[in-house]
Amino acid sequence: MSRRSETLLWVAQRASAAVLALCVLVHLATIIYAVQGGLTGAEILARTRGNTAWFAFYTVFVLAVAVHAPIGLRVVLAEWFGWRGRARDFALIAFAVVLAGMGFQAVRGVYA
Amino acid sequence: MSRTLALAHRLSGIALAIFLPAHFWVLSRALELDAFLAWTEQPAVKAAEWGLVTLLALHLAGGVRVLMLEFLPWREWAKGLAALAAGFAVAAGLAFALAL
Amino acid sequence: MSAVLKVRVWRGGARGAYREYEVPRRESQTVLDVVTHIQRALDPTLAYRYACRVGMCGSCAMTVNGAPRWTCRTHVDTVARDGRLAIGPLRNLPVIRDLVADMREFFDKWARAQGQFKGRRTRADDFERIFPESEARRRADAAIECIGCGVCYAACDVVAANPAYLGPAALNRAWTLVNDARDAAQSERLRAVAGDDASLACHTHMSCTERCPKALSPTAGIAGLKRAISRAALQGKL
Repeated sequence: MSRRSETLLWVAQRASAAVLALCVLVHLATIIYAVQGGLTGAEILARTRGNTAWFAFYTVFVLAVAVHAPIGLRVVLAEWFGWRGRARDFALIAFAVVLAGMGFQAVRGVYA
Repeated sequence: MSRTLALAHRLSGIALAIFLPAHFWVLSRALELDAFLAWTEQPAVKAAEWGLVTLLALHLAGGVRVLMLEFLPWREWAKGLAALAAGFAVAAGLAFALAL
Repeated sequence: MSAVLKVRVWRGGARGAYREYEVPRRESQTVLDVVTHIQRALDPTLAYRYACRVGMCGSCAMTVNGAPRWTCRTHVDTVARDGRLAIGPLRNLPVIRDLVADMREFFDKWARAQGQFKGRRTRADDFERIFPESEARRRADAAIECIGCGVCYAACDVVAANPAYLGPAALNRAWTLVNDARDAAQSERLRAVAGDDASLACHTHMSCTERCPKALSPTAGIAGLKRAISRAALQGKL
């Protein structure tokens, strides 16, 4: 991979990290708040069903995760498992697609 | 201190990457959410949830530390960020445990 | 305080073993004093490096109780727990013999990071004006005192995990030159420090900054390089 591409991957990682920092803070706060007094499916869905704000929020969250996690794993695979090269990168692209796909299913599941 | 946090940051990232597909899968089957939530009442699952929340907070804190070190002008207090990050993760884990 | 130190010293090359020596303990003794005593009084076959012995040259850098240090500036009292010491060659470098590490790859990487100054002017031109208080010069000056001792390189976890990683010293030097307005090799240098085996590989463990005997911060310089190459990549200039 060219130096320019590697650098742009790094930029994407940091940019998605910044987005996730906000998303995760909101998510953590929501969890800690929601979990008090027990958690039911009805409670979760009452918050998310038909709510476009949550839909938008979680869509952004899923997209950021789909960018951030594979790029993060890329380094781990190289340093700890010695896996470098095209095959690794294709596997990670596939993982990104899976994350995005499953993520959107989840968002739809709690919104629809 | 920074080396330990960095290792925790990496391990938590890996754990989260493994956890997320399962998390997405459960949520996509929203109609069966209550049945699933009943299963999560078990203490072992609650402990695992606490673990995940702590790992998430740890990964967030470690990540914010990296962003600060890489993008903010260098200052002496940068050396103390690792301890701060660890502290945040502990606090988040505690808050979750208390909320349960 | 014990009267005698039990000192384990690495003997051999890549393969070898620690051998134990008993060294009389003295006041204000440094680890270099200990190694020198072993070689002069106990075992003349011990190979080690030193030069100035006053903390200026960096030649005496070794691993002491697991951490890379200048042995001439390490008092035994600071590191000898229960009167015990373990001394080995610097980590992350091939061992020539005993306490002597092969520094070639350290300096090769320095060159690969474009760590050499390339001037633009000749003797026929006027002097370039550099203001010491300018932001760029301050940044360069904050990192310029590196004497290439290798302690940061030995301390770095990424160097240990990735043999191709250029390492903190080479990148720190490149950073001083990136901030040098007189230098003509800026685009080559940015290309040299971009990529998975260069500045992007740093994970900010900060072992380099923690251990640098001159209190430099390669972490800060590498962060600066990351920003510089990101800007260049986004502008299509990399």
